[in-house]
Amino acid sequence: MASVAARELADGEVVFVGIGLPNLACNLARATHAPNLVLIYESGAVGATPARLPVSIGDPALVTGSLMVCGMADVFQCFLQNGRIEVGFLGGAQVDRWGNINTTVIGEYAHPKVRLPGSGGATEIAAHARRTLIVAKLDPRTFPEHVDFVTSPGHRYRGTPRSEFAMPGAGPVKVITDKGVLECDGRTGELVLAALYPGVSAATVRGGVGWPLAARTTLREIAPPTERELTLLRAVLDPNRLYLKG
Amino acid sequence: MADNPSKVLSMHDAIARHVHDGDTVVIEGFTHLICFAAGHEIIRQGRKSLTLARLTPDLIYDQMIAAGCATKLVFSWAGNPGVGSLHAFRRATEGPSPSLALEEYSHFGMVARFSAGAARLPFWTMRDYAGTDLPRANPQIQAVTCPYTGERLATVPALNPDVTIVHAQRADAAGNTQIWGLVGVQKEAAFASQRVIVVVEELVDTAVIRADPNRTLIPGVIVSAVVVEPWGAHPSYAQGFYDRDNDFYVAWERISRDPARLAAYLDEFVLGVPDRRAYLARHSGLVERLQASRQVCAGVNYGF
Repeated sequence: MASVAARELADGEVVFVGIGLPNLACNLARATHAPNLVLIYESGAVGATPARLPVSIGDPALVTGSLMVCGMADVFQCFLQNGRIEVGFLGGAQVDRWGNINTTVIGEYAHPKVRLPGSGGATEIAAHARRTLIVAKLDPRTFPEHVDFVTSPGHRYRGTPRSEFAMPGAGPVKVITDKGVLECDGRTGELVLAALYPGVSAATVRGGVGWPLAARTTLREIAPPTERELTLLRAVLDPNRLYLKG
Repeated sequence: MADNPSKVLSMHDAIARHVHDGDTVVIEGFTHLICFAAGHEIIRQGRKSLTLARLTPDLIYDQMIAAGCATKLVFSWAGNPGVGSLHAFRRATEGPSPSLALEEYSHFGMVARFSAGAARLPFWTMRDYAGTDLPRANPQIQAVTCPYTGERLATVPALNPDVTIVHAQRADAAGNTQIWGLVGVQKEAAFASQRVIVVVEELVDTAVIRADPNRTLIPGVIVSAVVVEPWGAHPSYAQGFYDRDNDFYVAWERISRDPARLAAYLDEFVLGVPDRRAYLARHSGLVERLQASRQVCAGVNYGF
């Protein structure tokens, strides 16, 4: 997943980085095809070059050697709302058919079964980043037809298409999972199957999604990680397997 | 030749004087410079019915919620950063009868609330919240029509806390406070507040502040009290002083999951000690484990 996410980033882009796998993906991209990627963390570190794998998005290693450290008002107003962020990474407890993300509650808002952390900066990243990439493991509980709570906007909200909300960003264009990649259908805004990992069938991906998943006419096969990507991930970027499993 | 009279107080006296039952209290700091020492003193002095506000409640608010200090939480992300859940917060908010009232925003919303508060405006505008359930969950999130463009803009109300507590690397006795590394929303939160307590690693002469005025984030004119409390942010961190005690953040998952263990933690490390010095005495090896390496920057020429 980290290498698939890394390949989505073009050299020189400005990326709003989340912790965990997105952070690995961004640093992998920087070490391979995108040395000029500019990493911005919501904590205020701009152009960070972390010398260790950050354990949180407020890690002191993001500050040391960065290009700029700014306050969070500047992060959200001068960078994000200003339109300077090209790519935003998001994850979530639930992602639905329209790319809406829930990180707020499982169950009713007033009496939740599970209280999740909430938005953080995800609500505005989903609205403002020119495009967002969602990273989540495939599972029917994670991919219901409708999320319990829309924390971060996707392509359709209570029947109204995203275009009517005049949001600056394009929203979630791709969902990178551990079995395949879903993409937003440009016409309907629905997430559809676009690419599969080697050896994974479309039926397997459909089994991990809670709605009848449509598919592109031709499905791409995702190239496995190269030796260089694996070496970088395992030996350099995450040697203690903080985020890489197995 | 002090520039101003000293505002230096002990932590006990600063909290006793400036934090009252029922107050809206902000202990800010985004991962960096979270003042656990002040939170612990508030617990020790048994403050009740507080509205706790900050972007990321973190472990310190989880402890204050568990200790019964809070009736309401105003926030935008309530988790154990990089680790998982805040279990006292979850116990107080999950299920049929939550005991903690919530007022929930996104980070941008909280930043905007402090910005409005600092500017003494009633609200702040932003392009946000369209196509989400947050305005349904929180009726304080509203919208206005821009008088110039006709655009609909989201609004959030000003947040003007009774007291804001900011941890920092250094200040002089008048409260002129310098921070480097991540600065979060500390400036906005301090300017928005009625009273400001700064807690510092190091008390310095005003000459040190005057030698590098661009590094001053909070001016003494808005500061009510200065507390000198080295390692006062532990297990959070202070850039250039000590690293985050990540082992404790990981351990909090186990401690906070079990109410009895959490109570035992508070008994041993918060209620069972008189002050920060005694807390630190119960944590041997912190310096060896967490003291920051040296990466000193060259100064700049302020001449004219």
